[in-house]
Amino acid sequence: MNRFAELLDRLVLTPSRNGKLTLLTDYFRSVEDPDRGLALAAITGDLTIAAVKPAMLRALVMERMDPVLFGYSYDYVGDLAETVSLVWPQSPADIANHEPTLAEVVAKLQAASRSDGPKVLARLLDGASISARFAIIKLVTGGLRIGVSARLAKQSLADFGKVDIAEIEELWHGLTPPYAGLFAWLEGKAEKPERTALALFRPVMLSNPVGDGDLEKLDPADYAAEWKWDGIRVQAVSEGGIRRLYSRTGDDVSGAFPDLAEAMDFSGTLDGELLVGDPQATGTFSDLQQRLNRKSVAPKIQQQYPAFMRCYDVLQIGDEDSRAFSFRERRGRLEAFVRTLDPSRFDLSPLVEFEDWQALEELRRKPLHPVIEGVMLKRWDSPYLTGRPKGPWFKWKRDPHTVDAVLMYAQRGHGKRSSFYSDYTFGVWSGPEGSEELVPVGKAYFGFTDEELRQIDKYVRDNTVERFGPVRSVRADRRQGLVLEVAFEGLNRSTRHKSGVAMRFPRISRLRWDKPAAEADRIETLQALLDG
Amino acid sequence: MRASDLLHPRPEGLYCPPGDFFIDPVRPVNRALITHGHSDHARSGHRFVLATRQTLDIMELRHGVGYAGATQAAALGETIAVNGVSITFHPAGHVLGSAQIAVEHQGTRIVASGDYKRQGDATCEPFEPVKCDVFITEATFGLPVFRHPPDTVEIARLLKSTAQFPERAHLVGAYALGKAQRVMRLLRDAGHDRPIYIHGALAKLSDYYQSQGIDLGTLEPATVESGGKADFSGAIVVGPPSAFADRWARRFLDPISSFASGWMRIRQRAKQGGVELPLIISDHADWDELTATIKETGAGEIWVTHGREEALVRWCELEGIAARPLHLVGYEDEGD
Repeated sequence: MNRFAELLDRLVLTPSRNGKLTLLTDYFRSVEDPDRGLALAAITGDLTIAAVKPAMLRALVMERMDPVLFGYSYDYVGDLAETVSLVWPQSPADIANHEPTLAEVVAKLQAASRSDGPKVLARLLDGASISARFAIIKLVTGGLRIGVSARLAKQSLADFGKVDIAEIEELWHGLTPPYAGLFAWLEGKAEKPERTALALFRPVMLSNPVGDGDLEKLDPADYAAEWKWDGIRVQAVSEGGIRRLYSRTGDDVSGAFPDLAEAMDFSGTLDGELLVGDPQATGTFSDLQQRLNRKSVAPKIQQQYPAFMRCYDVLQIGDEDSRAFSFRERRGRLEAFVRTLDPSRFDLSPLVEFEDWQALEELRRKPLHPVIEGVMLKRWDSPYLTGRPKGPWFKWKRDPHTVDAVLMYAQRGHGKRSSFYSDYTFGVWSGPEGSEELVPVGKAYFGFTDEELRQIDKYVRDNTVERFGPVRSVRADRRQGLVLEVAFEGLNRSTRHKSGVAMRFPRISRLRWDKPAAEADRIETLQALLDG
Repeated sequence: MRASDLLHPRPEGLYCPPGDFFIDPVRPVNRALITHGHSDHARSGHRFVLATRQTLDIMELRHGVGYAGATQAAALGETIAVNGVSITFHPAGHVLGSAQIAVEHQGTRIVASGDYKRQGDATCEPFEPVKCDVFITEATFGLPVFRHPPDTVEIARLLKSTAQFPERAHLVGAYALGKAQRVMRLLRDAGHDRPIYIHGALAKLSDYYQSQGIDLGTLEPATVESGGKADFSGAIVVGPPSAFADRWARRFLDPISSFASGWMRIRQRAKQGGVELPLIISDHADWDELTATIKETGAGEIWVTHGREEALVRWCELEGIAARPLHLVGYEDEGD
């Protein structure tokens, strides 16, 4: 248990992706089955343990210590799980000479009934170290919140076994904790587990952005063009009565879209974009957000923002795997197949006719619909390949939006950037003329060169107004302030931010040392984008 | 005599009227008794200073010659009369030279512990419990949440990380007096025999520790002249915490930031400070040490100073021991 607890403690404080991967692979290498598999399941959210409510946890600790001292402690720490893990009284007699393994802890928690759950938990806490107590409490209260996505966990497995992540994704949904067969294969001790379960994920094909000079080398006649829809990439798999919707990284998102899953009365695997509204009146990305990141969704929301799928490829029909066919052949099959489906839930991503790159460029710049974010190019003769092969598929995005904003706060970075103020919060003007004030509209931490970073860092240090821990507030008023040109992909309405907007994918595109702060943009400029 | 007639707070610090001296005064006074060399306890400018030899040496290193009018070294365990008040210095286990000061007059004995800890520390004399009527305890970590693990466990985590990330320098923030040298000594005891790189602010004090027979092994300045960026890969660099947020730290390529402090027990503290590898190593007593020490002194009355006084006073109440907060100003309760 202590090894798992130590892993959690390190992961939560390690900001870099590579650092996290090293910690995870080292853990898988040094810890045996079934502990490592259970840890993996805990991280990916695939471990089921009956939850203990915070109130129950509080009651347990109150039986064991003075409520006033607990109150002081909780006020100071601010986090219930952490406070309880620290203050839990322990007598030397409690410390078993055998440190329980993660497997033993999980087994005891899973075997506990609702009524004896708290007692079982208390016994486990009695025998555990402080870090282990924290980990146990996190397991029973649900949600480790250590900044490791299921995708990152899968990447660490791929690194650990030196295999492609696509192989892990393809197998994942057929596997169950503690994944002994998976680990045996990754360590070269057993054959690759077989795909026996139905409706498994198939790794998707990804595109490359069109780079400078790419198009000159390509013949327009070799490529089909489609609109690039700004929804979420999904794979709809229906097989033997099992229906699943997967995200492009193989996470099962069916639970969030029961309305779409309901309509999947076919046998096959489709690739496309999940959007809301209906095929005749596609909703915006803001509308789509109402349906994202939910485990389940209320009927009212389903009615207001119905989900549908705009299909652009087919990987399987019945027993026939179509991935080896050319795009032209797959497209033919797809068109025929989509015609047999519920038209309110499935439609076809239309092809865009074009003569030459110049003509396509015109279309890319002026898309027909706000939810189009550019065009896709697909080679007519290319098979459906896993990963991001260079050549067959390109994305050619609409140019980003830009806004001139004023730097308001700067925060120190991590790792290489730990001595630089590298994360910037910026704002635009709002309020009536004469009493304008800045409202924050976003945060960005890349897009600048190392030299520019040094310049901004110096500016921040020289113009600091206030400090709050690692954050500095920077002088920003009508007379003085650093104007940043910020590029972003789109805007969403936000109730969380004071400005009412949230930027998608913001980055610093230029430093406007030349521009007076008072001439930065106003919030109305952004609001107009929302309404358009 | 009443204990509060023997010692009570004044704006300058804790004052003893019959002996006419202050303990750890924060402003220049005529006669000062100093518990240890940390700057908030050991200020310069007093006319007369009584402290252990090592504390006096440390004060001179930090403030320069002439930091006080006259000085007298107190040997541990030896009783000195100051205006008829008996003074005895006893080791406090906090940093090199640190002492508790027992003040006795007309049958009343008060022990002003200064800062102290009970965990073993190879860089200073261990704390010695002294029976007394009133025990003045610090409360830096005076909350039941503060429980320091054994320092060897923490150092093992640091060494494990250097093995896991051999290409990255590990920057360990540690206060210049005491903590830094303790960390270095712990590394040596754990078998780390590569040179340890240190920030310039640590040099004088570390040399002093070595001259007092505390072996810290080979220490090298963490200067750029001694090598390019790559030279620090996998190295352990010790410096004052403030230096790591500063431009000074740019000489290290993609470092892992670590901080040796009792505050690192609280995850949010580590997170806010951008600390990736918190090491819970403290020179102050944790909750269990504080409460055990209070019992051990047998004191009928406890005065609680700098830190989280209210929780420790509450604990004393529950134990049936008279206790009150002693409001002294000018000490950094954040120290460690």
